[in-house]
Amino acid sequence: MEPAMNRLLLRLVLFCAALACLAGPARAALDPALLAGFHGDFSSRVAAIEALGVAGGDDARRVLAALEEGNLGVVGERVLIVDGDTVRDAATGEAAEVAAADVDLITVNNRVRRALSAAHAALSLLAGERGERLAAAQNLSENASETLLPLFERALAAEKDEAVRGVLTRAMAKVNLGAANPAKRLQAAEALGESSDPAVKNMLAVLLQKNGDTWAEPDIAVRTAAEASIAAIDRRVATAQHIGTVFSGLSLGSILLLAALGLAITYGVMGIINMAHGELLMVGAYATFMVQTLFRSYLPGWLDWYVVAAIPVAFFAAALVGVAMERLVLRHLYGRPLESLLATWGLSLVLIQAMRIIVGPQNVELANPSWMSGGIELAAGVVLPWNRIVIIGFAVFVLVLIWLTMQKTRLGMFVRAVTQNRPMAGCVGVPTARVDTLAFAIGAGIAGLGGLALSQIANVGPAMGQGYIVDSFMVVVLGGVGQLAGAVWAALGLGIVSKFLEGWAGAVIAKILVLVFIIVFIQKRPQGIFALKGRFADS
Amino acid sequence: MQTRRNFIKALALSASIAAIGAPLGAHAADTIKVGILHSLSGTMAISETALKNVALMTIEEINASGGVMGKKLEPVVVDPASNWPLFAEKARQLISQDKVAAVFGCWTSVSRKSVNPVFKELNGLLFYPVQYEGEELEKNVFYTGAAPNQQAIPAVEYLMSEEGGGAKRFVLLGTDYVYPRTTNKILRAFLKSKGVADADIMEDYTPFGHSDYQTIIANIKKFASEGKKTAVVSTINGDSNVPFYKELGNAGLKATDVPVVAFSVGEEELRGVDTKPLVGHLAAWNYFMSLKNPQNDAFIKKYKDWAKKNGVPNADTVVTNDPMEATYVGIHMWKQAVEKAKSTDTDKVIAALGGQTFKAPSGFTLTMDKTNHHLHKPVYIGEVRADGQFDVVWKTKEPIRAQPWSPFIAGNEGKQGL
Repeated sequence: MEPAMNRLLLRLVLFCAALACLAGPARAALDPALLAGFHGDFSSRVAAIEALGVAGGDDARRVLAALEEGNLGVVGERVLIVDGDTVRDAATGEAAEVAAADVDLITVNNRVRRALSAAHAALSLLAGERGERLAAAQNLSENASETLLPLFERALAAEKDEAVRGVLTRAMAKVNLGAANPAKRLQAAEALGESSDPAVKNMLAVLLQKNGDTWAEPDIAVRTAAEASIAAIDRRVATAQHIGTVFSGLSLGSILLLAALGLAITYGVMGIINMAHGELLMVGAYATFMVQTLFRSYLPGWLDWYVVAAIPVAFFAAALVGVAMERLVLRHLYGRPLESLLATWGLSLVLIQAMRIIVGPQNVELANPSWMSGGIELAAGVVLPWNRIVIIGFAVFVLVLIWLTMQKTRLGMFVRAVTQNRPMAGCVGVPTARVDTLAFAIGAGIAGLGGLALSQIANVGPAMGQGYIVDSFMVVVLGGVGQLAGAVWAALGLGIVSKFLEGWAGAVIAKILVLVFIIVFIQKRPQGIFALKGRFADS
Repeated sequence: MQTRRNFIKALALSASIAAIGAPLGAHAADTIKVGILHSLSGTMAISETALKNVALMTIEEINASGGVMGKKLEPVVVDPASNWPLFAEKARQLISQDKVAAVFGCWTSVSRKSVNPVFKELNGLLFYPVQYEGEELEKNVFYTGAAPNQQAIPAVEYLMSEEGGGAKRFVLLGTDYVYPRTTNKILRAFLKSKGVADADIMEDYTPFGHSDYQTIIANIKKFASEGKKTAVVSTINGDSNVPFYKELGNAGLKATDVPVVAFSVGEEELRGVDTKPLVGHLAAWNYFMSLKNPQNDAFIKKYKDWAKKNGVPNADTVVTNDPMEATYVGIHMWKQAVEKAKSTDTDKVIAALGGQTFKAPSGFTLTMDKTNHHLHKPVYIGEVRADGQFDVVWKTKEPIRAQPWSPFIAGNEGKQGL
């Protein structure tokens, strides 16, 4: 059944391509018989798409486009296109006296979608923009077969772009691997060495199979070329996969860093174990959600930039909550770590429940802006998603911001002084109480920014912070209390190590191994990777 | 003086107790109490709150049409807070303290397993509305969700068919607990019986609440590129699904290349996701909100009206899903059985439940099996639409009988008659 289906697709593809080439004169209307298939099941729909391909012309293309967008429907015997409130007859394109609500829209399933995308690819391979041509060539290359060769040749003759040419050449080589002429096979096997697609490797591996005494590929020269090509593909795939793993590690590390940076400041300065830190992340994420809602209602044209607008909002919302927490509760518990731990834990429950009551217990939906969707394809199978790339960049931005605040401003100097020796800083006139509040606000604000970043890749719900509190403490403890550099190294290290472990042992074991490692590490080196120098460390 | 004051105090106290007790006592005579045991806080609240709502709506509907045997139903709602031992405690309280006639509740298999001994010991009656892994048949429990042969097996058969893409390699991906592990054990045996080699099956699990699916998606891509057509069967539960589908969309794994069929993702779960990149991925259920039939239209309208009237958050966008339909059917079947038995006595109701029928929102008249406590259910396979609803692309012609003891697990051969 699979080959039959492919043949069907290919025939359709060719017809479309031929049409695009010839640019035949568009007819005034379609034969209604062509559309009859849309009344039937999925098989007859695929057949109808094929028939439309044969008929060709602007009308057919219009019908196919409507089907792709889910605007094609039927009423009784008629096939109609719904366009907003107006309904047109699919065959003639004239307005029909049918209400849009009465049209029974045609369901498109994956099989129909595949047929449509193949037709689309064949049409745009010869006529589209560069990006479209490249996508079309890749699409057709996946199902390359002999029937497609003429189309590839024609496209190759007209194609100027190197990338598209490369894809087309390899697509032809795939077909030519089965050619009768050994010279052609040799050329094909050599050409495929340029590929980085593991599927191509499988095709080449078939040639090297030995069936009894006879090889699948009789010519030794072709076999040698195939072996060399397989080795080249393997190298490329392995490199791409390593880059992919390191990238996911960096991405996880950047998220850990954003979640933990705020904690590194509050824990470092005040020694407060802030169990409500996760809820500050949550506040930042909800602030982002609020900005998105506002943009949806008032600035729909600028919706793609709501994330940027949310940066200050998330920072100040979380900072405000932080100041309130510090002024109302924590201030009265300084020097009593156990009580402040319990109090902040209580605060975290209060914040979660408050958000449940205000916004509702369900997760809220945050859409990635279009410029953060999709990704860059490094090689077949290795895609670096944009949202993660942006978050890595954002983590660097936040880090630079904190570093500048800490090293270059007066407030930063005060904070560092209080961190190192609180009584002495107080003695020389640093207003330690105000520094505490401000430092806590900065830490909370940074947590808000972390929440903003998290909202782009993880769930946003009232209890979202609970999942990050343990990770955040792990980073801070591992890095060394009160150390920004420590937090950075610990976050990146944990990220990359867990990603390599995950690839090797699975997510569950990886998590366990990381925890065991941290326990052992803290026993051997309780001060973390970077120890704070000075009197504070001794006390 | 002292004693007199104490005496007055005691008098006042007993009077007030009597005052509270009197209406309760009077109430109990003409109402029947039913328990609702769903988590309204904690991790499962997201899914289970909707089931509590639909149960209250159904009870209101039954009361409006005259109640059961002339008596009004009185719901007793408790919150087991997503805490499995607390489920058992609350179940005990409902049966022995509140004396409820039946309990509608539980979502996760682990919560059901923890209340089972309580229902057995106190001879209570539980209606469990969620699809599950089978391998269980309690006298005191009625299962209105799907058994594996009413959801998992048909879904995989569909993936292997020409319509579904003719998949030859499978990734079995799940959350790490009893339901996904057992389901995947059944599916592995089923795939083997269809001639799929072990090398063509990849099994992977993530912890509850996992949110970083980069490695898993990369592994799926690698696995899919190694040859034959690949499909993913997902038993990921809870809100982990959101980051999973987000990553799937961003990594460019399209449904036309590698379709993902999910068993625990419905309309409710997709409310938190941007569904545009997910168009074409699949879910298998016994009910979809998008089904067009008079019962379903009425069901959806009733729920939306109820949600508005009772101030459910985001009432204008509420959705209905499969476990909600199963809850609705379960309560109605219990009502019919009580009327047939003319009693709320557990044993009599159990005897009367077998063979009950109900015209369900799924568009079929569902029957409670005479012996195995499961519903005969139709199976639908839907593809995700851009608006978060599902387009039905495949369905059974009629409801099929449940096989709680899967024939694909060794040792179940003797239990197929059940």
